[in-house]
Amino acid sequence: MSDQGANPMREAIQEAISENRVILFMKGTPDQPMCGFSARTSAILQSLGEPFAAVDVLPDPRIRHELSALSNWPTIPQLFVDGELVGGCDIVTEMYQSGELQEVLGLEAAPVEEAPPTAEPVQTPPLSIENRL
Amino acid sequence: MSASPTSATPEELKARIEAGIPGARAEVSGDGHHFSATITAAAFRGLSRIQQHRLVYDVFGEELGSRIHALSLQTRPDDSQ
Repeated sequence: MSDQGANPMREAIQEAISENRVILFMKGTPDQPMCGFSARTSAILQSLGEPFAAVDVLPDPRIRHELSALSNWPTIPQLFVDGELVGGCDIVTEMYQSGELQEVLGLEAAPVEEAPPTAEPVQTPPLSIENRL
Repeated sequence: MSASPTSATPEELKARIEAGIPGARAEVSGDGHHFSATITAAAFRGLSRIQQHRLVYDVFGEELGSRIHALSLQTRPDDSQ
């Protein structure tokens, strides 16, 4: 009962990465980030208007532990697109500035321009990985 | 090896990066917990950003997130050689 052969936490993370084309693991939520790096990264994604899933790693330290084991990346935040690790705050910021992030997301590298007022960005509710152990 | 294992210094990080990545030149600033490093190295050539940053993270291993609370990175392949 206390011992499970599988690793449900890691499986849940892997599943979340597979099922969400754009997914950000962060400290806090996009509305209430708990760390400057997470805040910057989610703000960049929000500014692009691309819907993304967000997982708060803070409620359970095992989320972060298993995520880093899975991704071989030590820090939070971590952005995945199409199942691939894109990077953390530094890389996402750099790629945003160079336009590469927009490319990876499949967005038109639109010049800074006001969005048509009818365009409503789709908001996905933050995803949470529940601890069911 | 460090005289004060509890707090890191920009000088220590710079020395360890330059020792750990052959041919690397690093500029590091920081307050003992949060650091920012700009690193140029021939070893980065042909690598993705993820791979370049992993080379640097590997220098510090488990210390990242604990003793070194945060390390912000900018990596540049050295094309001068």
